[in-house]
Amino acid sequence: MGTHSHHTHNFTQQYEFSGKAKTWSLIAIVIGILAVLYGFLMDPAENHAERTFANLLLMGYYFTSVCAAGAFFLALQFVTQAGWSAALLRIPQAFAKVLPIASIILIAICVAGLFTHNLYHHWNHEGITIPGHKNYDPIIANKASYLNVPFFIIRQVIFLGIYSIFALSLTRFSRNEDLEGGLKSYKKSFKISAIFLVIFGFTTPIWSFDTIMSLEAHWFSTMFGWYNFAAMWVSGLCVISITAILLKRAGYMNWLNDSHFHDLGKLVFAFSIFWTYVWFAQFLLTWYANIPEETVYFYKRWEDNYKPWFWLNIVINFVAPVLILMTRDAKRRTNTLLFVCILLLMGHWLDYYIMIMPGTVEEHPGFGIIEIGTAIGFAGLFTFLMLNQLSKHALIPKNHPFLEESLHHSI
Amino acid sequence: MSNVKYILGHFEDPDDLMHGIEKLQENNVGIYDVYTPMPIHGIEEKLGYKRSRLPIAAFCFGLTGTITAFSMIYYMLVYDWPMNIGGKPAFAMPNFVPITFELTVLFAAYGMMFTFFYANHFFPGRAPRVMDLRATDDRFIIAVDAKANPYPDKIENLLKDAGAVEVKHNERKYVSYE
Repeated sequence: MGTHSHHTHNFTQQYEFSGKAKTWSLIAIVIGILAVLYGFLMDPAENHAERTFANLLLMGYYFTSVCAAGAFFLALQFVTQAGWSAALLRIPQAFAKVLPIASIILIAICVAGLFTHNLYHHWNHEGITIPGHKNYDPIIANKASYLNVPFFIIRQVIFLGIYSIFALSLTRFSRNEDLEGGLKSYKKSFKISAIFLVIFGFTTPIWSFDTIMSLEAHWFSTMFGWYNFAAMWVSGLCVISITAILLKRAGYMNWLNDSHFHDLGKLVFAFSIFWTYVWFAQFLLTWYANIPEETVYFYKRWEDNYKPWFWLNIVINFVAPVLILMTRDAKRRTNTLLFVCILLLMGHWLDYYIMIMPGTVEEHPGFGIIEIGTAIGFAGLFTFLMLNQLSKHALIPKNHPFLEESLHHSI
Repeated sequence: MSNVKYILGHFEDPDDLMHGIEKLQENNVGIYDVYTPMPIHGIEEKLGYKRSRLPIAAFCFGLTGTITAFSMIYYMLVYDWPMNIGGKPAFAMPNFVPITFELTVLFAAYGMMFTFFYANHFFPGRAPRVMDLRATDDRFIIAVDAKANPYPDKIENLLKDAGAVEVKHNERKYVSYE
């Protein structure tokens, strides 16, 4: 409406990547490298290499998931023809541009883990498919036509390659839109977003089956894919919110108002509940049916090593956001939103920890230099790469057809 | 003393309406209410409306649903007729969750709907309260209480200056009863 149509926003504003943000993200990367080196070379525990690999897989997967969630966010906005988000699209675009690098890192971790037998040893073990061999496992042998090293790597490369191509195309169209204007880029984005969402929806469950669920290859759950998608989407939304809040505090993107944060907060709130919904759906069916081959998954996570984490997972990822973000004010106050988003990011680290560790380091999980250092390292790597991409273009897609609506967003 | 109860300023578009509200507020004329055929962003703040208490009602209804569901299942499955289902204890929390969740949602949704109906006097047999029927069609209307604000001519002029296409002096509050 024309009540406050005079905006004085600088549409050429660009993020300047320097100073504290750059220094600290580089320091975090160094901490990560040191922690990984410590894990491989110096840690006294017997399973140190395995534990380091498990942590690399955790953070590699988390990193890739957050970047993929950025691409998903973009596609979703185009397909729903959303107006509110136009002014903050450059943030998920920066995530999407990091996706290819994240994918390469994740694939490198998986390949190294496979060939050193530090990851996926439940199905990638010498002689596991050869009848008569001492390691022979008939269940795995039956799954071997799908779960084998070459096909596993091919699937990773195809899935992540496809996501990366779509992510880069969406950001390229947006750049073209800046230069040329008009509706051509928007229409193209709409089209490829629709295709991308279909591919993404069908392949992310398989991707999480491969990357995470196959760590315990005897067990399977068809809910696992959606459970991982929920975790990916919530953590992606949290990182988008944190980036938006911190950018605004640093004096950029002054066009973001409390309604934009309210909407991001609503998404974080709603999808935390969605995460719980799928988490519980997976749990309830397993608990009700009580079939040993299914309950083994929760049995392991109910051992003393994991039980406190198991409960903490629910408290952080469900109880905390529901109680803290329930009111309208909480979502509009950026301090509260920032707090909840950081809490949820730690919560979903824990969520992945509980998914990955019982299938890798089994009864000997740890929480120390390797875990904290790897997490800090990847957080630094993400921040560095993402902010570097963000600094390359103007912070607002100035020719986006819904920009005016987004600038006046009010709910 | 005239019998005029309400003065209605008709506007043809929301920008003029907002302008009219500003004009009246600048001149300390109290606005009774504003009627528009579509929602207008920012109008609540402009009129200084207090925030809706519907979310509080929703929370209370939701909580009622949670308690109802939980006590119902508890009574049925634990107290009144305990059954052995898959060898599980009678008081098995996980299978309480889906119904508790659904009833919470159901109570909150219906509770909110009925609260809204009650607050707006929507129920069968009740004629809707409409101060001017064109507010449901193509006019944006500001209503001013003529008893509370003296100088009706001044109000009419203010409204016309702000771009009102028509000013009505109604002797009844709700025309829809006729």
